[in-house]
Amino acid sequence: MNLTLKVWRQNGPDDAGRMVTYKVEDVSPDMSFLEMLDVLNERLILEGDDPIAFDHDCREGICGMCGMVINGVAHGEQRATTTCQLHMRHFEDGATVTIEPWRAAPFPVVKDLVVDRSAFDRIIQAGGFVSVPAGSAPDAHSVPVRKEDADAAFDAATCIGCGACVAACPNGSASLFTAAKITHLSLLPQGQPERLSRAKAMVDQMDAEGFGGCTNTGECTAVCPKGIPLETIARMNADYLKANAK
Amino acid sequence: MNYTEGPEIRDTKAPAGPIEERWEKRKFSAKLVNPANKRKLTVIVVGTGLAGGSAAATLGELGYNVKSFCYQDTPRRAHSIAAQGGINAAKNYRGDGDSIYRLFYDTVKGGDFRARESNVYRLAQVSVNIIDQAVAQGVPFAREYGGLLDTRSFGGAQVSRTFYARGQTGQQLLLGAYQALERQIAAGTVTMHTRHEMLDLIVADGRARGIIVRDMVTGEIERHLADAVVLATGGYGNVFFLSTNAKGCNTTAIWRAHERGAYFANPCYTQIHPTCIPVSGEYQSKLTLMSESLRNDGRVWVPLRKNDTRAPGDIPEDERDYYLERIYPAFGNLVPRDIASRAAKNVCDEGRGVGPGGLGVYLDFRDAINRLGRDAVEKKYGNLFEMYERITGENPYEVPMRIYPAVHYTMGGLWVDYDLQSTIPGLFVIGEANFSDHGANRLGASALMQGLADGYFVLPTTLGDYLAAGPFGDVDDAAIAEAEIKVRSKIERLLSVNGTRTPDSFHRELGKLMWDYCGMERTEESLRKALERIPELRAEFWQNVKVSGTAEELNQVLERAGRVADFFDLAELMCLDALVRTESCGGHFRAESQDADGEALRDDENFAHVSAWEWGDNGPILHKETLEYEYVKMTQRSYK
Ligand SMILES: Cc1cc2nc3c(=O)[nH]c(=O)nc-3n(C[C@H](O)[C@H](O)[C@H](O)COP(=O)(O)OP(=O)(O)OC[C@H]3O[C@@H](n4cnc5c(N)ncnc54)[C@H](O)[C@@H]3O)c2cc1C
Ligand code: SF4
Ligand code: FES
Repeated sequence: MNLTLKVWRQNGPDDAGRMVTYKVEDVSPDMSFLEMLDVLNERLILEGDDPIAFDHDCREGICGMCGMVINGVAHGEQRATTTCQLHMRHFEDGATVTIEPWRAAPFPVVKDLVVDRSAFDRIIQAGGFVSVPAGSAPDAHSVPVRKEDADAAFDAATCIGCGACVAACPNGSASLFTAAKITHLSLLPQGQPERLSRAKAMVDQMDAEGFGGCTNTGECTAVCPKGIPLETIARMNADYLKANAK
Repeated sequence: MNYTEGPEIRDTKAPAGPIEERWEKRKFSAKLVNPANKRKLTVIVVGTGLAGGSAAATLGELGYNVKSFCYQDTPRRAHSIAAQGGINAAKNYRGDGDSIYRLFYDTVKGGDFRARESNVYRLAQVSVNIIDQAVAQGVPFAREYGGLLDTRSFGGAQVSRTFYARGQTGQQLLLGAYQALERQIAAGTVTMHTRHEMLDLIVADGRARGIIVRDMVTGEIERHLADAVVLATGGYGNVFFLSTNAKGCNTTAIWRAHERGAYFANPCYTQIHPTCIPVSGEYQSKLTLMSESLRNDGRVWVPLRKNDTRAPGDIPEDERDYYLERIYPAFGNLVPRDIASRAAKNVCDEGRGVGPGGLGVYLDFRDAINRLGRDAVEKKYGNLFEMYERITGENPYEVPMRIYPAVHYTMGGLWVDYDLQSTIPGLFVIGEANFSDHGANRLGASALMQGLADGYFVLPTTLGDYLAAGPFGDVDDAAIAEAEIKVRSKIERLLSVNGTRTPDSFHRELGKLMWDYCGMERTEESLRKALERIPELRAEFWQNVKVSGTAEELNQVLERAGRVADFFDLAELMCLDALVRTESCGGHFRAESQDADGEALRDDENFAHVSAWEWGDNGPILHKETLEYEYVKMTQRSYK
């Protein structure tokens, strides 16, 4: 199949950036979206052009490193799918596809489709952990966990930190990501001692990074490749309120 | 390629005495560093996977001044995140007869008697603490309704000792280590350098004292100094281009340390996983693993006739060859990884493979669906079927899956002693980057165990013993400058070729060559061919590669070109190592060394040793470390 790509090119954080049009031919429906870009990049290199920079690593939908806005939707229109797991068979021959980076003030563009998501790490640094030094842990069976709790904690813990939720949110809120982390630990007995201080510190850090507030539009869960549910945000807010009331 | 033999390695630093007491003994003899002095000692940890992440967090917590590096945008994305199946531990929570000794025994045997007993025993001992540590951190392992941890059994073991978090065990364990690491970053004990690639090791006065890195965003070349350097940079399976590894996995850090004097051990041991989704076209960039558990119900077959292009449903029963069931009537579709992989290769080599390029075999659920019903199959394997459909566009409930073996894990790596120290004092190597513990094969769920054992429990003790003699004073300027110049000139050289082929096109060609000549089956002839072809291709690379852009910017072409250049050198050593080892063991199958039934034939008389290669200006130098089996008796494996 043949496609017309409109790709956001930006040399660096200070460059204004612009859309550039490329034609790609002989795209196989079995290619992943990133492989289609690989093929275009091979051509650009040989033509002496700068290939399109994009982030990726595992290409298995688990590391969270890939991510671009495809036809206006973070990770593309296919639900619950990362960009690396999106395949070209979902596009029509002759179609025009626009490709842009995550857009949010706390995620500055590094180059082309690569953005800086280190704000997420700083949210974790604020308290997204259980303080337990290596070597001092009690036997794993000493604290039983209800299976339902363990499963729900797991569901929240599957967030891959890709940032699609931020890119999709009209307010540029990082609530879904932060709530996923908070929910994971707050559902487990191990997370209880630091539960409220954690929620407070992480939410405050999220605000300090310049992410917008949550107005419950739900765009985040719609694009989340791991299907993190909106309830996590309610849980986060409840813990945050409790922490502040103390 | 010429090589010479050097003196045997005699001292591995493993304490003598009863095996169950050796680690205790070593811990007690290790010197301690006084807390006030820890702050004055700097440790560099390269890599933030399970090994590096857990090590950096623990060392930071102990009070050392730690500098951590990774090439991704955040430490949470290291390749360990992709591990699916689980992690072993000798907890014996099931009371099914598991013990530290049994885990030790299974691992040594599974490694085809090419691992060091002392290390493996310690691994089994420490495995117990790993689970405790992870659970305390909030890793959401699967649980039973009673609230206790669930386990499952995995290949190569008859007990249920594998702890898991759905199909995402690696992710959850890595997030645990990452969170511990971020906590230390917040506490100021660890400084994190993401998007930084280590390009050389600084060795001064015979000790590892720092690294040269490239800031992958600005292109700036930086020097970082320390009292010790830890490499936790993962495996090198990407030398084959197509593998189950993440795209960025590479050999650069360990290879450049090798050039500086660290021995490279058993480079030829590569684990091939039998059930991956096959290659579908020339553009393909990676291979995806399908869980081995599918072979519990799926039946593997190919058409009897060569080049049979009929749709699978049109091929009648008597024209199908269920070759695993035919050749291995006792184990059938459940033979171990190396056996299943080779059998698939053989039928494809005969021209009976299916799918594009004839490199695939069917994994058919028709009988299972007829027997159990579609619902039951869906319950058991639904997520895997969905993943398959997403990638291939085919519905495995209606047509059989196609699978093919793929490169998965490298058991070779830098040689380390019992303390995890390489042959360069002050250079420690942990996780998949070192050679230790697994032998010629790795059982499922044991790589995660090793990475975390090294990082949380072993290294923090043994490194302290080394550092007790520190701080080691100022680093010789000349040594730093020399390393920096070497890095810069390599980058300049890559940029100045300006040829007509991309780095990826060379990588693909090298990978194909390695797969064909040094893959699932090796022969003297194929290895000699590879050893002829690799230098030619490398020469072409240095004359004809095209690296666009400049050194002073985010330049992914330059990054790749540097890694491919190192893969050429490593590939050559892998083939040489495979050529010299004229026996078959684990992931190394030399066609000349098989028994009458076509099974791998070990040669314990001549090869019960680790091959540790030293970089020499006139070709590699082979040192042997003799492996002694005091506790597990060497026996031939059989699956018929
Ligand atoms: C698909 C898949 C499934 C698997 N499933 C299992 C399983 O179920 N159970 C099991 O036990 N094992 C499994 N494995 C194997 C296991 O995941 C790996 O062996 C293990 O995670 C390796 O961990 P590591 O910490 O040594 O290295 P990695 O996790 O690979 O980390 C390497 C680190 O080094 C950094 N790095 C590399 N080079 C440089 C450089 N030059 N400069 C700076 N940084 C650098 C990277 O940024 C990264 O942080 C699986 C592997 C794959 C591919
Ligand atoms: S919540 Fe979903 S979209 Fe947001 S970072 Fe996590 S996985 Fe990505
Ligand atoms: S590259 Fe890892 S999630 Fe897409």
